[in-house]
Amino acid sequence: MRRIFFFIAEAFRALRRSASPSLAAIVTVVMTTLLLGVFIPVIRASSTTTENVQSQLALYVYMYPDATKKQAQAAEKRINKIHRVKNTDFVSPNEGLNRLRENIGKSEIGKGITQLQGKNPLPYSVVVHPDDPNDLPAIQRAITPPGKHAKPISPAIQEVNSGQKAAQAIRTVTNAVKVMLTVIAALLLIVSLLLIANTIRLSIYARRREVEVMRLVGATNWFIRWPFVIEGLVVGLTGAAIAVGMLWIGKVTIIDPLAENFALIDNFSTVGFVPLIIVLLAASIVVSALGSGITLRRFLRV
Amino acid sequence: MALLRTRRRRNRAREGRTRGDDAAERPRRPPIVELRDATVVYPGGHVALERVSFEIARGEFVFVVGPTGCGKSTLIRTLIGEVRPASGEVLIAGHDIDRLRKRRIPHLRRRIGTVFQDFKLLPNRTVYDNVAYTLKVTGERRSEIRRKVPEILRLVGLQGKVHNYPDQLSGGEQQRVSIARAFVNHPPLLLADEPTGNLDPETSIGIMQLLYRINRTGTTVLVVTHDREMVDKMRRRVLALNEGRLVRDQAAATYHEESTSEFGVRVRAEMGVGEGHTNGEPIEPTASAPGS
Repeated sequence: MRRIFFFIAEAFRALRRSASPSLAAIVTVVMTTLLLGVFIPVIRASSTTTENVQSQLALYVYMYPDATKKQAQAAEKRINKIHRVKNTDFVSPNEGLNRLRENIGKSEIGKGITQLQGKNPLPYSVVVHPDDPNDLPAIQRAITPPGKHAKPISPAIQEVNSGQKAAQAIRTVTNAVKVMLTVIAALLLIVSLLLIANTIRLSIYARRREVEVMRLVGATNWFIRWPFVIEGLVVGLTGAAIAVGMLWIGKVTIIDPLAENFALIDNFSTVGFVPLIIVLLAASIVVSALGSGITLRRFLRV
Repeated sequence: MALLRTRRRRNRAREGRTRGDDAAERPRRPPIVELRDATVVYPGGHVALERVSFEIARGEFVFVVGPTGCGKSTLIRTLIGEVRPASGEVLIAGHDIDRLRKRRIPHLRRRIGTVFQDFKLLPNRTVYDNVAYTLKVTGERRSEIRRKVPEILRLVGLQGKVHNYPDQLSGGEQQRVSIARAFVNHPPLLLADEPTGNLDPETSIGIMQLLYRINRTGTTVLVVTHDREMVDKMRRRVLALNEGRLVRDQAAATYHEESTSEFGVRVRAEMGVGEGHTNGEPIEPTASAPGS
C-alpha cells in the first residue's frame, strides 16, 4: 500500500516537473485519438454503404409475355437450384408495375404509367439474389448458357438482365474503396503507435539519470517501471479524455444538426458514440502505459 | 539471514570442490570481496580486467590506483553486478556474482554503497529527498526514514542544508550528500569511484576523513583514486592496476589505529593543507618530502 502511494506520487511528481515533454505526449495522444475517432466511423460507414450497394446487385429474369404463372414459377424453382443463388423474388406483372411506379413514378416518364388504362404490359419476372455479387456472371451463364443453340434452363425465360456493366463498375469501385480505407486505417494506427512510443521514449530519455540512480541504490526493475507506467496511464487518459471531449463537441455541433436534415448522414453513423469512446479511451491508455513500460526496458538492462 | 545461509551453502560447495581445505579455515567468514582470476571483456573484445585475483577482508580500507583506462571503473561495475566476468569468479561476501540471478542483483546493490566522482545526485530533489530515496527504494517505513536521514546527514556534517537542492551546494557538500545516500543503509561495503576527483585538496581530505570515519564503524571501504599523494598519506592497503592486470598489492603500511580527528590532523599536516581554507579556493599543496 505504501508503495502504491509512492509510485503514484512519483508519477505525478515527474509529470509536474517535466511539464513540456508530458504536454507533448498528451498532445500526441489527443491528435491520434482524434484522427482515429473521426476515421473509424467514416471507414465503418463507407464499408456498410458499399455493402448496401452490393447487396442491391441482382439478376432480373424476364419471362415471355405469354408465359403463364405456373411456367414462371417452375422457372423460379429451377433458378433456385443453381449453385450460389441466395434467394429469389417472384414478381407478378402487377407487383412489377407497382415497383416501377415507386422507382420512376414521380419523374416525367412515370406519368406515362398512369396512361396505361388498366393494361399491364409487364411479364412475370424473377429477381435473383446471389450469395456474393462476384458470382453474378456465373449464375447468369447457368440460367442462359452462352452459345447460339444453347437454351435457357426454362423455355419460359425470355431474357436475363444483369445490368452487367453497371454492376461491374460498382464492384470495382467498392472493392477499391474497401482496400484503400483498410490501408489508410492500418497506416494511421502504425503512425499513432510510433508517435506515442517516440514521445514516451523522449520523456524517459530525459530522465535516464534518475533511472541510473534508482538502479544504483538497488531498486528492482518493476519498482523503477511502475511510476513510468502510471505516468503513461495518466498521459493516455488525459489525452483520450480531451480528444473524446472534442469529438463529442464535434458530434453535437456538426453531425447531429446535419443528421436531422439529411437522412443519409444518419444512416452513415453506424458506430455508436459510446462504444467508440470506450474503445478510444481503452486503446490510448493501454498504448501509453505499455509504451512506457516497454520503452523503459532499454534502460533497465542490468 | 538468507544471505548468511546461502553463503554457508556456497562455502561448503567450494570446500567440496577444492577437496580438503584445512578445517581450521572453515568457520572463518568469507572475505567481503574476493576475485579469482576474474577476466572482464567488453563487447567488441576490449579486455578490461585480466585474471585479477585479490581478497579484501571485512573492515579493510583499500585503495585501487592506476592510470586512466586500467580497469578501475570496470572493477567497480563488476562488483555491483553491472558487468559480468567472462571467466573467473567474483565473490561478494562469498556469493558468486555470476551465479546470482538477475532478479537478485538489486538486492545485492542495496548491500553495497556506491559513490561516484560526479555525485549522481537527483538535481530536482532536496538533500533530504536524495538521501531518503535509497530508503524508499528498499521499502523502509516512513518513521524509519524520518529517523535515519537526519542522523546520517548529521554524520556527514550537512545538518544545516537538509532542504537545499544539489545545485545550491559546493562540490564537497554534494559529495557528502552522495556518501550519505550510499551509507544511509549502513551497507557492509562502500565503493567510491574517484570520490575526490572533482574536489580541491582541502575538501578532498574532508571527504577522505568522512570515508575513514565510515570505515571505523566496521564498513569495508574501497576507494578508486588518482590521488597518489592522498594514497601515500593514508597508509592503507593499495591495489595497483595497469592495463587490466593487478600489478601491485601493497599491504597496509605500518599504521596505527587513529581516531578520525587524529587522521584529519595528520593528513592535513603531511599534505601541507591547513585548516580553515574556504572550500573551492585553489590550494597548492606544498611539496613536502614524500618519504614520510
